[in-house]
Amino acid sequence: MGKIEKLTSGTTGGPVFVYVEDGRIIRITPMELDDTDAPSWEIKARGKTFSPPRKTTLSPYSFAWRSMIYSPKRLLTPLKRVDFDPDGKRNCTKRGESGYEPISWDQATDIVTAEIKRIKREYGSSAILSTPSSHHLWGNVGYRLSTYLRFMNLIGYTYADHNPDSWEGWFWGGLHHWGFSHRLGIPEQYDLLEDALQNTEMIVFWSADPEATNGVYAAFESTCRRKWLKDLGVKMVFIDPFFNHTAAHIGGKWFAPRPDTGNAMALAIAHTWIAENTYDHEYVATRTTGFDKFADYVMGKEDGIAKTPDWAEKECTIPAREIRALAREWAGKKTMLASGGMGGMGSACRSATGNEWARLMICLMAMQGIGKPGINIWGTTQGAPANTDFLFPGYTEGGISGDVDNSAAGFRFVYKMHDRPTRSFVNQPMGQHIPRLKIPECILDGKLEWRGKGFAGSAMEAQFHKYKYPADGYPEIQMYYRYGGSFIGTMGETNRYVNAYRTDRLSFVVNQSIWNEGEVGFADIILPACTNFERWDISEFANCSGYISDSYTQVNHRVISLQKKCIEPLGESKSDYDIFAELSKKLGFYDVFTEGGKTDLDWTRQLFDATDLPKHISWEDFCKKGYFVVPIDKDRKSTPALRWFAEDRHRDTPDWGPHPECQEEFGKGLQTTSGLIEFECSSLNRFDPDDPERPPIPKYIHSWEGHHTKDLYDKYPLQLISPHPRFSFHTMGDGKGSWVNEIEDHRILKPDGHYYWIIRLNSRDAEKRGILDQDLVEVFNDRGRVICAARVTERVPPGTVHSYESSAEYNPLGKPGESADRGGCINLLTPSRYITKNSCGMAPNSCLVQIEKSAKGAN
Amino acid sequence: MKKPFMVMDVALCQGCNNCFLACKDEFFENNFPPHSLAQPRHGHRWMNILCKERGKYPKVDVSYLTAHGMQCDNAPCIAKASDGAVYKRDDGIVIIDPEKARGQKDIVNSCPYEAIFWNEEKQVPQKCTFCAHLLEDGWKEPRCVQACPTGALTMVRATDPEREHMVVTEALAVYCPEFKTAPRVHYKNLGRFTHHFIAGSLAFKDTDECATDAEIRLTDDSGQAVMETRTDNYGDFIFDGLKKDSGPYRLEIRVPDYQDMALTTKITESLNLGTLFLDRQEGKTA
Repeated sequence: MGKIEKLTSGTTGGPVFVYVEDGRIIRITPMELDDTDAPSWEIKARGKTFSPPRKTTLSPYSFAWRSMIYSPKRLLTPLKRVDFDPDGKRNCTKRGESGYEPISWDQATDIVTAEIKRIKREYGSSAILSTPSSHHLWGNVGYRLSTYLRFMNLIGYTYADHNPDSWEGWFWGGLHHWGFSHRLGIPEQYDLLEDALQNTEMIVFWSADPEATNGVYAAFESTCRRKWLKDLGVKMVFIDPFFNHTAAHIGGKWFAPRPDTGNAMALAIAHTWIAENTYDHEYVATRTTGFDKFADYVMGKEDGIAKTPDWAEKECTIPAREIRALAREWAGKKTMLASGGMGGMGSACRSATGNEWARLMICLMAMQGIGKPGINIWGTTQGAPANTDFLFPGYTEGGISGDVDNSAAGFRFVYKMHDRPTRSFVNQPMGQHIPRLKIPECILDGKLEWRGKGFAGSAMEAQFHKYKYPADGYPEIQMYYRYGGSFIGTMGETNRYVNAYRTDRLSFVVNQSIWNEGEVGFADIILPACTNFERWDISEFANCSGYISDSYTQVNHRVISLQKKCIEPLGESKSDYDIFAELSKKLGFYDVFTEGGKTDLDWTRQLFDATDLPKHISWEDFCKKGYFVVPIDKDRKSTPALRWFAEDRHRDTPDWGPHPECQEEFGKGLQTTSGLIEFECSSLNRFDPDDPERPPIPKYIHSWEGHHTKDLYDKYPLQLISPHPRFSFHTMGDGKGSWVNEIEDHRILKPDGHYYWIIRLNSRDAEKRGILDQDLVEVFNDRGRVICAARVTERVPPGTVHSYESSAEYNPLGKPGESADRGGCINLLTPSRYITKNSCGMAPNSCLVQIEKSAKGAN
Repeated sequence: MKKPFMVMDVALCQGCNNCFLACKDEFFENNFPPHSLAQPRHGHRWMNILCKERGKYPKVDVSYLTAHGMQCDNAPCIAKASDGAVYKRDDGIVIIDPEKARGQKDIVNSCPYEAIFWNEEKQVPQKCTFCAHLLEDGWKEPRCVQACPTGALTMVRATDPEREHMVVTEALAVYCPEFKTAPRVHYKNLGRFTHHFIAGSLAFKDTDECATDAEIRLTDDSGQAVMETRTDNYGDFIFDGLKKDSGPYRLEIRVPDYQDMALTTKITESLNLGTLFLDRQEGKTA
């Protein structure tokens, strides 16, 4: 045995120590902090002092990294589809069926660069479509907004913009009540942990499961805090069609409204407060506008239907008396609403009724005085004390791209990091771009209209902008440079994505990926990338920045780690940076891409120097220790989120918005034109006051795929919800020989050797169909068919079924795009329809299916 | 001598599986002679997590129990092995010697906890070692404990008398005591996993309001009170910690101004009685 080195790295689930012996990673662990690291924070509340454990936590999938690094599905050499000949027959419609043969890097980069040049010569660079998957790896240098954007900005491309997938209803709906466009409609969360420990009496988790989703990237950092709150006697309520893991862990009252009908419950709560006069009159009068109109709707004065608990019971199935009891308890206790794991988000916002849900969450809290002590929207994951003055960028700040248009580089970091940042003049609102959710339509139909370019949070109105594809005078897409392979698992109605590859309308597809999974096997050329354990990088625990500004307030200690190159890239795989550098040589811009030959380590050092780290630790010491814990000023002053607003003061929180241009007086009030919380949204009144799908006040609008869509409901009587998964980070951690597959609540191994994706259904629904626990079943609707393993449970009510989204495996039993999948891509079944015509977000949680026992496979 | 043993609190575990995965991380493709050979990529559960869901919608709870090598003081695997292939160390940890145990497949079935796994490739039985190689290297705790984010798993070092004292003072229990193997893994709140509840809700029929703060008694066959509770603001009540196949139990409900209600039930598994509606009794006073 050789010498064991203890190195450091970072993952999407927390920073890690990496033990390496003889060029092999042998162990990956969370970090235990030592006495030389900065002290932990302390919060004094209700006669007690709270301080977190002196270690970092780690998400399940991060423990499985070794099984993914040394995965049987690793791509170890460039591959070419056997029946693809760039100079002869391309056989594009065979994609997904043909096999592959290994080729050399020189051959692969020859083909890819020749195709890029051909497309540019014949059509122009905007005929190249490209998009990456999200959350693939961790690290500010190697992240997609950094290395990938730097390269793509130099070749020019039509970008498939990511929709704000986790935010949807908050972005398209909630935002109009209060702005926060710089957070895509979700409110700031500063210092709400201290506020809750000191003042809060009840927490309502509404479509929030922080133990499963870990905030974002923040592992189990907030788990101990919810335990503190529970031990203080803070009451917990859970509203979720699934008895989620936070509910199971911490306990409390559980309400399971029928999917897509929680809005009726919300309106009935408002009704009870108005009827019983238990809302905050003074706050509503001074800090909001438009309440009367909302109240008229709630009480039935507008449409003749009083939104009483009895009315709501018929919609959502929750007994009226229990809705009243909840409303009374809520009004009587200082309550935090965890409407989604980040304060916002939550799977309820990704549904046909997601806009109205997010809107109602804001309106309910406005009625109870949001911002007053103990009363707020707080996901329980953010808002720990932190040093927010210390500059270290999050991954959205563009890293080595410096792209001020398509990352948050322009916020502050580009000025510290770069002399010559990169931009694309195609990937601009005035250039050509398409939405990721409609890639298949753009490729196959060749035309599309929609509103909003990607994460359109620059202003409240940015989402209203109308776009079309092709943009006037721009070419149609001819080539697809895909980076990763997740979309069949993560988008909606995803047989579309399969079929979009199998067409002559795309003459060339290249995929750059670490593993051969999902849609990777639909490319003509596959370029093997390596993991972030095989290259240099630098990162901070759970630091996103940008639209999740100061997201490190999720973690108990701000830990910045050097991501050391722990081992050489496996096989012939290369870092993304080195792949792009190779391509740059043949495209003539190597010196521009690498700024004269910089390596990933050079960029890592440059990024280190652009942060506040050098004020505290030398590069040499940082390299030696591998990580740094950001110290907190002992006299740091707590500034709870929105307290300033409730008290009508200038904002005192470190939030990065709103921009002065959208405020009457900078720093005073919210981003709405009134500066107040608007029950009736002035922005929607200006856009289209007659939009029935998104009216100026939030309303109860039937789901376009739910129990009121009678014909479809008769045929497919089970309502499927598919939230973000618990044990994988989307497709990261799933499939690919990962140990996560063996978790019995993630997949179930059947005698045929396959790990089947799980669908959870109530015992009564199972009995009706003769289904036993762990049976193979077919879940289907008009969009497709997925073979899953059944989990018979009481954790969902009859009529509701639950499965997670994001299978990494796509494994069709017959012709791709047309046959049942036993990989587990539950998103084959979910709709591709936008939330509303003008709200171009996804709605996978409005999905009707039927389930039957499978005749296939290994029951 | 202070010896390591494990305490697992069922009430603190949320089934995150970090312990299961950390165990894989430690042993996959890693040999730690003389304690263990590498674990295969898939199939072994040296750290296993059992899940128990109780009740019927919507009165339900979910608990987890970590079941791994119990390091029994009366270990059947030691008795089963030939040539001293399985042995107990002075510190109580039970080790399967990977060299001596080669080919001894019978050892796998000797474990009533099903905590021993057969490595087909290497032809050896394998199980949890409490990460003995790490403890010898100065680690304070094995990988599963380090990975646990909730404090559900702890490794305690104590002399035998100290451990016995702890078992009493902290109400520690053994999983499946009927196996009589004297495990060195103890559980807190094991009842969440092994016992059952009766739950339900109370409501007033006339007003359709939740019956808050109502008094409910659970009595046994002989009329002896087993437990008493009061409904919460949703009218919900629960009696937990009841043995499987016990009863009959009698539930007595008394609320001022409403007719008394009583019902009798047996326990085969956790029970949700649903919503019980109370009739108003004219003229009745508290």
